[in-house]
Amino acid sequence: MRRAALAVLATAAVGCGGDDEPGDLVVSAAASLRAPLTECSRDGEDPRIRLQFAGSDELAAQIRKGVRPDVYAAANTKLPDQLAEEGLLEQPAVFATNRLVLATPRDSRIDALDDLERPGLRLVVGSEGVPIGDYTREVLGRLGPAGERAILANVRSEEPDVKGIVGKLAQSAADAGFVYRTDVGAARLRAVPLAARLQPEVAYGAGVVKGTDLPEDARAFAAGLRTGPCAEALRAAGFGRPHGR
Amino acid sequence: MRGWFAALLGVATAAALLFLTLPVVAIFVDTSPARLLDSLGEEGALDALWLSLKTTALALAIIVVVGTPVAWLLASRRFPGRALAVTLVELPLVLPPAVAGIALLAALGPEGILGGALADAGIRLPLTTAAVVVALTFVASPFYVRQAQAAFGAVDRTLVDASRTLGASEARTFLRVIVPTAAPGLAAAGALALGRALGEFGATLMFAGSLQGITQTAPLAIYDRFATDFDAALALSAVLVAVSAGILLAVKLVRGGEALDRAGA
Repeated sequence: MRRAALAVLATAAVGCGGDDEPGDLVVSAAASLRAPLTECSRDGEDPRIRLQFAGSDELAAQIRKGVRPDVYAAANTKLPDQLAEEGLLEQPAVFATNRLVLATPRDSRIDALDDLERPGLRLVVGSEGVPIGDYTREVLGRLGPAGERAILANVRSEEPDVKGIVGKLAQSAADAGFVYRTDVGAARLRAVPLAARLQPEVAYGAGVVKGTDLPEDARAFAAGLRTGPCAEALRAAGFGRPHGR
Repeated sequence: MRGWFAALLGVATAAALLFLTLPVVAIFVDTSPARLLDSLGEEGALDALWLSLKTTALALAIIVVVGTPVAWLLASRRFPGRALAVTLVELPLVLPPAVAGIALLAALGPEGILGGALADAGIRLPLTTAAVVVALTFVASPFYVRQAQAAFGAVDRTLVDASRTLGASEARTFLRVIVPTAAPGLAAAGALALGRALGEFGATLMFAGSLQGITQTAPLAIYDRFATDFDAALALSAVLVAVSAGILLAVKLVRGGEALDRAGA
């Protein structure tokens, strides 16, 4: 009976494989890369590129649990480096940089980090372990313990990825949040730049997932993030060039 | 030749049971009882469970108090626009949770239709515990109203007529005859709504956010741990499965066994 049931399941699984053909190049990328990567891998490519966006940490967790995309592009270097050490990723490379800004709704009067200490202010941040959340804590850590504590006391939500922060700001559900510079344009938010001494080093790393069926294409896509149409789309969207490393 | 149909039914049922139980069983296979207890001691896990129970109970109370008269009206009266009203009440049933979240923001968020009026009243819902209750009530109430309507529909009309003939008002008849008769069905309806509310994720995240002790319900806490601590996520999932199964069983045992079967739940 069990074998029969499994056979039925297997048949069902094969029957609905429609949009996940084995020949597609699957790219798991950080949520903040959505706009430029969607633009540069739009049309007529062979193999067909399938992009999936989520929090970098979530995508890394999927890879650790056996999900196998062909390329992994994260919003930091920590996660790709960890995956490489664990033998799940080929040597990753930095392909872009970014900056953190304090974002607010359009009509906000917040224009400095000090304003975030006001009692009752609603701040949304990335949750711990998510790149945007870790960068945010790095910024706050540089403010000194009193400022950090006062600002953390105003956190009203810890979001699983950048989209959650941007969405809540765009709807004025929150008063302020830390996001990447590249996120504010499309959502028409107001950006307050951070002082250079507070700015964390935001570098995006990508690597080819080991055991991919399409090693050549995967490596070509990863290289294309540094030079080529995707690199151009990243620059146009406000991402910086990789430096060093 | 008759055997093949019975075999088909058997195979389909076996496949369904395997498919539905395997993921649930896997949660417990990967979690030792010791790990389960550990995870409950972990910071935030109990907060999340407690918040889930609290907000779900509140939402259920609102749903039952408002939904029961609604269900009786829809079950007992014929009026123009009734079909439309039934459809509108059931609509959230088929809405994806993400749509529910967006819709709640568009209606009750600061930029939403009622945002200005709420702000004038000094109310700012998003990112509060109240927002969690609103989200749970929105997604779970159709489950209750729908089942309750069916339960009222199944009440023997001669009982109602006898009560009215003997001089009882409609309100009295409703409280003394109709509700007690329909009670098993109402309990089943409540269990369905409770289960849906306990598992709510998308609308809560979008409308209420996620903050430990304030808006991070158990499903949100599980998602929060998914990337950083899979074991803790599994353990918390196991607790949630146990709680949900407990609720289902309690309702089945106490009163609603037959009604649940009848309602197809």
